[in-house]
Amino acid sequence: MSAMTLNESRRKDIMNSPNTPPLSASAVNESLPRPTPFLQRGQVVTEATAKLFRAALPPFLGLLLFILLWQIVSVSGGDQGLPGPAKTWASAQELFADPLYDNGPNDKGIGWNILHSLYRVGAGFGLAALVGIPLGFMIGRFQFLSGMLSPIISLLRPVSPLAWLPIGLYVFKETEPASLWVIFISSIWPIILNTAAGVSRVPQDYMNVARVLSLSEWKIFTRILFPSVLPYMMTGIRLSMGVAWLVIVAAEMLTGGTGLGFWVWDEWNNLNVEHILIAIFIVGITGLLLEQALVWLANRFNYE
Amino acid sequence: MHSYLQIEDAKVVFDTKKGKFTALTGVNLHVQQGEFITLIGHSGCGKSTLLNLVAGLNEPTSGVLLLNNREIKGPGPDRGVVFQNHSLLPWLTCFDNIYLAVEKVFGDKESKKQLRERTFAALELVHLTHAADKRPSEISGGMKQRVGIARALAMEPKVLLMDEPFGALDALTRASLQDELMRIVEETQATTLMVTHDVDEAVLLSDRIVMMTNGPAATIGEVLKIDLPRPRDRLALAENPDYHHLRGQVLAFLYKKQHKSAA
Repeated sequence: MSAMTLNESRRKDIMNSPNTPPLSASAVNESLPRPTPFLQRGQVVTEATAKLFRAALPPFLGLLLFILLWQIVSVSGGDQGLPGPAKTWASAQELFADPLYDNGPNDKGIGWNILHSLYRVGAGFGLAALVGIPLGFMIGRFQFLSGMLSPIISLLRPVSPLAWLPIGLYVFKETEPASLWVIFISSIWPIILNTAAGVSRVPQDYMNVARVLSLSEWKIFTRILFPSVLPYMMTGIRLSMGVAWLVIVAAEMLTGGTGLGFWVWDEWNNLNVEHILIAIFIVGITGLLLEQALVWLANRFNYE
Repeated sequence: MHSYLQIEDAKVVFDTKKGKFTALTGVNLHVQQGEFITLIGHSGCGKSTLLNLVAGLNEPTSGVLLLNNREIKGPGPDRGVVFQNHSLLPWLTCFDNIYLAVEKVFGDKESKKQLRERTFAALELVHLTHAADKRPSEISGGMKQRVGIARALAMEPKVLLMDEPFGALDALTRASLQDELMRIVEETQATTLMVTHDVDEAVLLSDRIVMMTNGPAATIGEVLKIDLPRPRDRLALAENPDYHHLRGQVLAFLYKKQHKSAA
């Protein structure tokens, strides 16, 4: 429809309306400029672009500022300064060109190191969840157990994760189980505490439903307790995963062999500072991805 | 003569941080099978406590409650409770919320197919068959409350207990649910005990209105028999002088005899 016919039909509507006094033709044309559909569509597109722009601009500027500061720091250090963004990027491309090579125990591709770290986090954290979730349920459900265990938990929880490493080495005599032990013991607390808090916060209404229906303990657990605690548990799992990922790099620095932490220390010994910077990015990005995956999982269990 | 539900000299004392608090004392009430009773009174008069006594969620400090000549000890599925805030489990569909109750009560005797039929019949009763697969978060407040009623009725309870079931709903939704409740009670002949603070609701629905005195140590002040003919129609009642007379009596009790200064 052209602008002309639109204006005409509009004018006709106004003229035909019983409550509207007839307007002069010039008044209609001047006071009611109608945007054509094409222009409207254009506006929608611009709006969407503007929205995207507004959302993307701050993070983009932030990253730009970060790279700029990095560049400044590296340039101001002269020959002995940190490698700049460009040099690090080039080195990263080289590194990731062949991520899964294996030239013996101390020379493996970056992919292997990442996978080893992930495996250790997965195993240590998995064990922590296996023990922590049931323990949390029991602590939340039984006041007596809570009273018994809370002083122990309060005492052990603030201990720095690496302080557990010598105990692990002494008990297991080997580095691999020792590093799993460190992950396990440092990531178990948030799982226990959040699960227990979730159990003690199950709405009384739901428990009243259970009482009125006289549900069995098993039904109470599967139909009320577990789904109700799940969001709290997921928060605990997320916190634990964060701790586990923080700890693994430090633990591997000390135990050596494989993994991102070992790699960082190895490259420090080689004085390959670009690789250390790359490692920092890898640790950060992997941690972010793990976190996002768990957030996605947690949202799937949100029923409100 | 034995009544279906008997409350004999019930007294409830709560242990609070500030010492003992007597919520209810000297409560005597006899309810016949098929009767619709509302409990009305100012907030804090212990009407919910009384309902919870019958539900078994609270225990009397002294006194006896009998249902069909058996003492009420703890909650049980022979008393269907409709909670004020619906209390549907948010992770279950409407169907599954009702099925959970049906399975508990009839699971031993009936096949899965029969249990499903019962559940659908309960949904049908509140006209919510179309919402069977929806989660509580996906339906309106009035629909949730209807599912709550369906869940309570699906257990075929001896007594239906309702704790301000329509308190959280807007006036129009409340009116349509009241009509629906009247129809359901007519169909099922359920013995019903309902807590409300809405005078019109009480007069419209009840066979008898139990008016409670103010707490602490609340008790039953007066019992008013509502002998309006059934089925009742809210529009016709609006013109009915008997209705207004009864309504006036409840209002007089609440605002003259039990006047509560604004707290």
